[in-house]
Amino acid sequence: MFIYILIAFSILVCSFQAVRVTRMLYSALWLAGSSALVALLMYLMGAHEMAVIELSVGAGLVTVLFVFAINVTGEQGHTAPSIIPHWLAIVLVITAIFFLGWLILPAIPFATQLNIASPTQNLWQDRTLDLLLQIVLIFCGILGVLGILSQENRPSSQEKHK
Amino acid sequence: MNLSLVLIATITVLGLAGIGIYTLLITRNLIKVVVALQILVKGVMLALIAAGVNSGNLSLGQTLALSVIVADTIVAVIALALAVQVRRHFGSQDIKNLTTLRR
Repeated sequence: MFIYILIAFSILVCSFQAVRVTRMLYSALWLAGSSALVALLMYLMGAHEMAVIELSVGAGLVTVLFVFAINVTGEQGHTAPSIIPHWLAIVLVITAIFFLGWLILPAIPFATQLNIASPTQNLWQDRTLDLLLQIVLIFCGILGVLGILSQENRPSSQEKHK
Repeated sequence: MNLSLVLIATITVLGLAGIGIYTLLITRNLIKVVVALQILVKGVMLALIAAGVNSGNLSLGQTLALSVIVADTIVAVIALALAVQVRRHFGSQDIKNLTTLRR
């Protein structure tokens, strides 16, 4: 029990640090720590497959992408002040958490017996549409990145006159 | 034991949602926005797994969490590529620069 509370507290601390620190590289590293701890909590809850995927994708691939983007763009932790005042943001967040908790927490006591079924079977047989959607999403993502990152090699005006 | 674990996971979900929403409201740095989105989605994934454990259908929760992981990774990749282009064109990562697209 104590280890679960410790992991949950560590997840929240890592996430808070990820948004609090000004250096973006440290922010990416705190986020990777948060992902690893979320994967550990998933593993303890019995979701072994998703824990492995979250650890490899969330803590691995996404962190590499963040480090790459930060290296390209440079460290720019300080930006202009926020558009809305802080007190309004805090009020909105407390309201959102209250309604979220109001929806989620009453459902918890109705725990049922765990049905042991393979997620692989569930994914390939029962959720085929999800699988197709994921394939389409991956292709869209690749095309989107290629479109955004492609360098425009338009001829200059002098070359046009020639 | 499952019940206490689900309760702890749910409280963590609420905390992650709070941190993510607050940062999305406050920050104007594009990469920080992506970080906040990642934190918010981690909460969603944890909520799906907790709901699967609670309802006794963990495999369905895992399948839905997999879809969320794929969609979230694609969103992160495209948003970071967009951040690189915004930095290249405007010299900063302020999201207010994106409003110049309207002109």
